[in-house]
Amino acid sequence: MRGRVGKPCPMDLATFLIQCLNALQYGLLLFLVASGLTLIFGIMGVINLAHGSFYMIGAYMAYALAPIVGSTFGGGFFATLFVGLVLSVILGYVLEWVFFSYLYEREHLQQVLMTYGLILVFEELRSLIVGDDVHGVQPPPWLSGTLALGEVMTYPVYRLFISAVCIALALGMYAVLTRTRLGMMIRAGSANREMVQSLGIDISFLYRVVFAAGVAIAVMAGMLAAPVSSVYPGMGNSVLIVCFVVVVIGGIGSIRGALLAAMLIGIVDTFGKVFVPQAAGVGVYLLMALILLWRPQGLFKAA
Amino acid sequence: MTPRFMALATAAACAAALALPAAAQNTAKLKVGLMLPYTGTFAALGTAIENGFKLHVAEQGGKLGGREIEFFKVDDESDPSKATDNVNKLIKRDNVDVIVGTVHSGVAMAMAKVAKDSGTLLIVPNAGADAITGPMCAKNIFRTSFSNWQPGYATGVVAAQKGYKRAMTITWNYAAGTETVKGFTEAFEKGGGKVIKDLALPFPNVEFQALLTEIAAQKPDVVFAFFAGGGAVKFVKDYDAAGLRKTVPLMGSGFLTDGTLEAQGPAAQGLITSLHYADNIDTPRNQAFRKAYALSYKANADVYAVQGYDAAQLLASGLTAVKGDASKRDDLILAMKKTIINSPRGKLAMSNTHNPVQDFYIREAKGVNNESVGVAVKALADPGRGCKM
Repeated sequence: MRGRVGKPCPMDLATFLIQCLNALQYGLLLFLVASGLTLIFGIMGVINLAHGSFYMIGAYMAYALAPIVGSTFGGGFFATLFVGLVLSVILGYVLEWVFFSYLYEREHLQQVLMTYGLILVFEELRSLIVGDDVHGVQPPPWLSGTLALGEVMTYPVYRLFISAVCIALALGMYAVLTRTRLGMMIRAGSANREMVQSLGIDISFLYRVVFAAGVAIAVMAGMLAAPVSSVYPGMGNSVLIVCFVVVVIGGIGSIRGALLAAMLIGIVDTFGKVFVPQAAGVGVYLLMALILLWRPQGLFKAA
Repeated sequence: MTPRFMALATAAACAAALALPAAAQNTAKLKVGLMLPYTGTFAALGTAIENGFKLHVAEQGGKLGGREIEFFKVDDESDPSKATDNVNKLIKRDNVDVIVGTVHSGVAMAMAKVAKDSGTLLIVPNAGADAITGPMCAKNIFRTSFSNWQPGYATGVVAAQKGYKRAMTITWNYAAGTETVKGFTEAFEKGGGKVIKDLALPFPNVEFQALLTEIAAQKPDVVFAFFAGGGAVKFVKDYDAAGLRKTVPLMGSGFLTDGTLEAQGPAAQGLITSLHYADNIDTPRNQAFRKAYALSYKANADVYAVQGYDAAQLLASGLTAVKGDASKRDDLILAMKKTIINSPRGKLAMSNTHNPVQDFYIREAKGVNNESVGVAVKALADPGRGCKM
């Protein structure tokens, strides 16, 4: 393309504030998508490439379950969300039991191989069950309005709702992991599995629960994001890499770090797109490289 | 034996080996290799193209130009890194006479390179990369779909005619996007408009909010967008949710609303796009095609099915001219180049660089159909820049 894009673009204060809102909102959305990975990869230490698939499964659940839930329980967005969460906890529990429980002691390469295999299996199942078409999901009516920002632009209420959910989720995860007995056991398990086991804690069961929670959060992220992202084949793969970037920048195992990293990526990506559109894709990875040069452990070490 | 004698003897043996089957070829089946995506994001497109191709073969009683057809299929997975191996499977293992493929431009470029080197006849039924009928063009490479430049250019003509002066463009930063935008810019600025800014985001990123804010701040007269599939659905919905539809009209290459209208819902209603096919072209030819397609495959025909169908028609016209004798390559290629295809989309000719010369329709999204509301440009030909044939 031509050189037009290189010229500095004028930005008034209102526009700047809206862009800040965009950055914040995108950052929170990223955190929502990456938070399940923080739990599974960050805290349990399993490299889970299938994380994107769980996100994809969530989005497809939002699309496919809505009519079924609607005819059985009288419908409603939250009823669908609830049914999806129950199913995803079961899915996560079974997956951990059948596959992942054999992986903790193994090398990372084997984890990568198996979770990559799961991606292929989930994509193929998705293709067989729902097909390869693109679908849209409607937000609930009471959230489908828009707010006026300035003269030209309006902002969908649903996006703000997602942001609120993200903040609640971040606070909740932080509180459980750092302030409760359960969180203490989980952190202890990630530091030294055998020691925790010898203290009489059923670590296998504990991890099964944490894994199921990680899957459930990823599925919930997919279900919540479906109305704004639409539902399409391969959607999981597109979020997978940025999720890993969030966890790595934030510091493996740190909820605070993941939240901060997601916000930073939101800012870099948003303003990068506006000011240097041709290099927008590089910005996020440049940020990661710089932060890892400065702090190889990421922003925060695990608490 | 001297090396020179060896070479001569080998050449003679080859000639003999080639001559024998050539004589018998009119009775043997013509081998057609279908290299299309049967899995992954583009699976539905690959299936539509194959269905369209086979529909025409079936209409001709299982033959093209009097020759029975034998199909060889390879799933290209839309993976450019496997493309060369895959196309060589068809050429070297299956010895196909013709290759039809594919959807993904990167894969199609690799196919074009192999076809150019090996001389195998290649018909591209979708991939729009300008280079295939530009710098990479060859005698034995044909396309029955479009070049990326074409729908962009046609939309640019319409935008200028509507009297818009300041435009912004937005797309993914990859070949199909930038080539389409270039076509738009060329026509729009020729028509007296000015593109004030090109917005781009990396493929397949779908976080548009920052760029929508930028559009709202600049307030152009019109926005031209190129997106497809899931990205198109999200962009159109986000554009609407940002309240921009009311103030800044959105136009696009036809792929913005093709196969996506159901998912886009009310956000896409009334969108103006341009493409070489529309759902409601009211000609007996198109009606008959759509009816036959629906009967055979229990699905509605789309632009991809049409492109596959026309690939078969193009091949048939060449084979008919040589009475099914594919060994008369020069005559076959000349006939394919000279033919006028009676396509469901309208009349279709081949340009000097073997890209379709075709009408581009102005289409308006109504319900789940893209309905033609006029012709943007009649008989639009790609300039075929960089082609030396």
